[in-house]
Amino acid sequence: MSGVRVLVGTRKGAFILTSDGARKNWDVSGPHFAGWEIYHLKGSPADPNRIYASQTSSWFGQVLQRSNDGGKTWAPAGNKFAYHGTPGTHLWYDGTPHPWEFARVWHIEPSLTDADTIYAGVQDAAIFKSTDGAQTWEELEGLREHRTAGQWQPGAGGLCLHTILIDPTNPKRMFIAISAAGAFRTDDGGQSWTPINKGLTSAQIPNPTAEVGHCVHRLAMHRSRPNVVFMQKHWDVMRTDNGGESWHEVSGNLPTDFGFVIDVHSHEPETIFVVPIKSDSEHFVPDGRLRVYRSKTGGNDWEPLSNGLPQQDCYVNVLRDAMAVDSLDSCGVYFGTTGGQVYASADAGDHWMPIVRDLPAVLSVEVQTLSA
Amino acid sequence: MIRVELPQHLRTLAQVGHEVTVDVAGEPTLRAVLDALEAHYPMLRGTIRDHVTQERRPFVRFYACAEDWSHEPVDTSLPRAVATGAEPLLVIGAMSGG
Repeated sequence: MSGVRVLVGTRKGAFILTSDGARKNWDVSGPHFAGWEIYHLKGSPADPNRIYASQTSSWFGQVLQRSNDGGKTWAPAGNKFAYHGTPGTHLWYDGTPHPWEFARVWHIEPSLTDADTIYAGVQDAAIFKSTDGAQTWEELEGLREHRTAGQWQPGAGGLCLHTILIDPTNPKRMFIAISAAGAFRTDDGGQSWTPINKGLTSAQIPNPTAEVGHCVHRLAMHRSRPNVVFMQKHWDVMRTDNGGESWHEVSGNLPTDFGFVIDVHSHEPETIFVVPIKSDSEHFVPDGRLRVYRSKTGGNDWEPLSNGLPQQDCYVNVLRDAMAVDSLDSCGVYFGTTGGQVYASADAGDHWMPIVRDLPAVLSVEVQTLSA
Repeated sequence: MIRVELPQHLRTLAQVGHEVTVDVAGEPTLRAVLDALEAHYPMLRGTIRDHVTQERRPFVRFYACAEDWSHEPVDTSLPRAVATGAEPLLVIGAMSGG
């Protein structure tokens, strides 16, 4: 019997939601690390019992937790994220130089093949790697020392590296995204990085060919087609078919192309999901209606999915790391809201039901597909 | 023997009660006590002081004998009452935020 384990990070702790393959009845475990911000949890594809969690606090800094038993028990791992050498400066909000300062881990990306190898995307933007199960961390400093890094500026949430995608066919190729520097790609395991932002346009950036400075909110790919990457930008839903060499817009008939999350159906590489948000000034869904939009054509042609979702007086947001898909035969889709609801669909978005309604604001959602 | 009171979140992290004790060789200073505390409880490294700079985290404060020691030089000797174990060193999470 197969099942799923949904890993939910919130403003005040972590929750683990489990169900069998029917995905109708759920057990809720938590809060784990009560009172702390849990920016992200993610399990290892190589060993589903191995889960890593980023536990942070404005008071007490960064803790990195590790579980070896599927989230039943946890132990603190290494939390020393020291920039390589003497970090320089990036630009502050007012355009003045500002020293690089570590704040927190936004995103954890375990290796696809080795449970002890993990990448961490952090604020201020950098990527770290551990090869000993998160006991020690080394920066892949080629990114932060990129020739453009001195021009990077933070988005409203900070200068955060929030997305890491590993090419399933070539582990030396990875895509990352930084708010508000843009997207970058490495082809040598993280030693060197190339900005991949051609085709992105932003009203706030006067130079239409700006190499960096774009506020990329999220990237997603299907494992079978790693050269095709989808992007939810601050405004605009974008797509590349050549590994980021160029992007084109696929916002199409979306009611608004502002948003944070984007994800890809686990079995249909051209089926993608977004949650449109009204605007960058009003971070909630349009018209008081919570709707996921699905495109079965890789963008441009979108349909609203609302069956089981609130359609009046709803003013939640869905943050960038708060959507995930499982890989059961009928693809499950999950997302969490700033109102504390976690919704699940066992049929690729046709029907939705809340798993939980009253958690703290949800920061991240990941799902593990488990076999008995 | 030096007594140290920890805030709730750090007690949970270190899996200890509200007060722990550490031994410090020689004259106890804030730096020496924190070094000993982190040696006993390595999961507390980085939570009270920054890993790299060793500076007190901004929202953490130190109190001893009803006085704020947060801005004292870390190599200043702690009060006699703390050194003898009569009084604890308090590590406090500042009342800020929500």
